[in-house]
Amino acid sequence: MDIPYVAQPRQDTGLYNAKVGIWLFLASEVMLFGALFSSYIILRVGAAPGSWVHGLLNIPIGTFNTAVLITSSVTVVLSWSALKAGNFAKYRVLQAITILCALGFLGIKSFEYREKFLHYEVWKTDGTRLLGHIDYNGTHPLFWKTETLAQQKLDSIKFVPDPYHYTMTAKEMAHARKGGHGKEHEPVTIKTSEITRLSSFVPAHSTYFGIYFTLTALHALHVLGGAIVIAFIWGPGAKLWKTDPDRYINRVEVSGLFWHFVDLVWIFLFPVLYLL
Amino acid sequence: MSLKAIHLVFIAASTLLSIGFGVWCLKNYFQGLGSTSDLLLGLGSIAVAAGLICYGRYFLKKLKNIGYL
Repeated sequence: MDIPYVAQPRQDTGLYNAKVGIWLFLASEVMLFGALFSSYIILRVGAAPGSWVHGLLNIPIGTFNTAVLITSSVTVVLSWSALKAGNFAKYRVLQAITILCALGFLGIKSFEYREKFLHYEVWKTDGTRLLGHIDYNGTHPLFWKTETLAQQKLDSIKFVPDPYHYTMTAKEMAHARKGGHGKEHEPVTIKTSEITRLSSFVPAHSTYFGIYFTLTALHALHVLGGAIVIAFIWGPGAKLWKTDPDRYINRVEVSGLFWHFVDLVWIFLFPVLYLL
Repeated sequence: MSLKAIHLVFIAASTLLSIGFGVWCLKNYFQGLGSTSDLLLGLGSIAVAAGLICYGRYFLKKLKNIGYL
């Protein structure tokens, strides 16, 4: 006996099985991301004045990544439309662009992550705090922390400080960035005995980076998962197009629905994390 | 809700984001907080918003035979 409503929708609901399934799944995803967004808002509102990290993300890169995801959504829906019109070749080209956009997004995100892992904050014994990069024999090390200084048996570190700090207001930061051009590459030597804490911009650095990495890494996993599914349907799964085209079109639509959800999450994440 | 319907929601959200981001960048630039890149990002973002509105209209026309459910 055939399973009903696999390809054709039910008369009363107008939905086929997979569409009901994907919407139930997306409802659970809304709850997952909704809980994390709520956590972010509660943490942000409850943070002590001047303690919340802001202004440290690369806005042009984030903007470019947003444009990449918007483009991928357009190609997803146009490929589905091409398939509905029976144009399999056009579908193939457009979905290939979608997959490339997904890979591009992940590549750019990993570059952004690396930039964060190279960036440090130093808490000094006199109460001052500096942001910047460590210059270790001409290289910028990743993931150093306070214990690393003892493990490496270092008496001092060469630090290239930024002209700004997140404890400044947005206005003060902007002025410091403008006025600091050309000065930020002058390294200073900090004795290890003067350092109370050293941390790169990793989740352990602060609540902000904790929630930033949780949200963006979870989102990136969804992008990866979506790209794998789209690539499977595009590649080995395309055999179904010859035997059951209606069902194949439904699969493309369902993967497109998931992709749109992932992109919508980013449309909310970008302003919340990068701009506010 | 079909892919067509969620795509329209997505394009509307993207348009609002583009307008908001464009205004944010231009405000920063004209208040003296931003640099030339803010001006370029702001103008680019407003242009993208206009492009998305045009695309939305094209999309509605192209997929007029497909339902929203």
